[in-house]
Amino acid sequence: MIQTVGIWVAVFLTLCIFSFLYKDNPFYKFAEHLFVGVSAGYWAMYSWYNVLLPNLGRPLFIEHELILLIPFILGIMMLLRLFPKIGWISRWPLAFIVGMTSGYYLVTFLQTNALEQARATIVPLQNINNIILVIGVITGLFYFFFSTEHRKAIGVMARIGRMFLMIAFGASFGYTVMARISLLIGRFYFLLGDWLRLL
Amino acid sequence: MLDKLLNIDRRIIFAVLTTIVIVAILFPMGLAIQISEPAKKLYREIESIPPGSYIFLSFDYDPASMAELDPMALAVIRHSFRKDLKIVSLGLWPQGVLLGQANLEKAAQEYGKEYGVDFVNLGYKTGGIVVISGISTDLRCIFPQDYTERNIDELPLLNGIDNLEPFKLVVTFSAGDPGVRDWVMIAQARYGKKVGCGSTAVQAPAFYPYLQAGQLVGLVGGMKGAAEYEQLVKLPGLATAGMDAQSLAHAVIVFSIIFGNVIFLLKKRSSSG
Repeated sequence: MIQTVGIWVAVFLTLCIFSFLYKDNPFYKFAEHLFVGVSAGYWAMYSWYNVLLPNLGRPLFIEHELILLIPFILGIMMLLRLFPKIGWISRWPLAFIVGMTSGYYLVTFLQTNALEQARATIVPLQNINNIILVIGVITGLFYFFFSTEHRKAIGVMARIGRMFLMIAFGASFGYTVMARISLLIGRFYFLLGDWLRLL
Repeated sequence: MLDKLLNIDRRIIFAVLTTIVIVAILFPMGLAIQISEPAKKLYREIESIPPGSYIFLSFDYDPASMAELDPMALAVIRHSFRKDLKIVSLGLWPQGVLLGQANLEKAAQEYGKEYGVDFVNLGYKTGGIVVISGISTDLRCIFPQDYTERNIDELPLLNGIDNLEPFKLVVTFSAGDPGVRDWVMIAQARYGKKVGCGSTAVQAPAFYPYLQAGQLVGLVGGMKGAAEYEQLVKLPGLATAGMDAQSLAHAVIVFSIIFGNVIFLLKKRSSSG
């Protein structure tokens, strides 16, 4: 019974959202606002019971792990932004987060996304894939080289680089279309299968 | 006439697309599915792992991406159970935990696997990259309990498992951040673990450089990738069933783009003439 009610609610909300394809209307607005409200409530409760209580509340106040006083105080400072007069205090924990995250990411990010990628472009030019790869990387870098005017040889390289970029954008757009159609198919499987039992 | 065609109501295109998708789902034609190399790579990697070994699965998605990621997660889990691999999982996205658990239970029922002995779900922890870093060195500190708040010391599968070291492979099913990038940055780059991924089609192009550089051992992208993996393990499921609709919808979109451009050029020529 509960499952049936759940399916009907999901069907109603799915159709409300789909109705936007015709034009904006109160059903769509209702579903949109409901989604925002439910999401906010869900996240608030989830964060309280699955993040704050097990990671801070219980260890600090029941098991007395005093080191957790530091994040507790930083958390309180962050909340002070709700009070305009002393809101500036929230910049300190923000500075801590920015500094810590930058430091944590910097080395690993550089290694993974710059050095390893650069290494992967140093390949023997024995097949067409490797040749295209090397030309694409070099000409792509020329396109983003702004210290000289894009004329003559540099201009040609930059134009070739732009073509590679366009092809990459096209592939990316193609994948995006595929993703959106997949979601549509997923919803229709739900409507035709779980609801109408036609599958 | 050309003006009318250029300003065609977009709702007509929506209606055509919807009709095509519904018809293709109701009357499947079984169009051929070509299997790509990135999907084969992940399949071969799992196939090469000796039975009884451990693999780690990360369910980093939510219901919005279920249509793409659920079928591939199920196919990889079925493949792993069929190979008699032990699965430990978590979710870097909170809703991924239960979606992953549903797939694990479904496959466990088919292959007679038992929770705590053949597979374990550790649950969700906030932090993304910090969680990966934590479990790479001290899994028990980050996850003293599983997703049901059961002490992990009570789960026989995790006896002697203290970090990611015993795992032959990590596979993340990712819909965004935290996800593939974080696993590559920490588990692969810092701790040398092999990482494979299933990702939504939207972000798949961003991960091909990782694959080319050897930072990913395999990549299953979108519903098409999921269908390919289902073909590889010879267990057709929802993704395979959806491929007819996907292909026909793409054909409609390609036709619309060509049609729109031809009409635009004809209009341009008639205006200049």
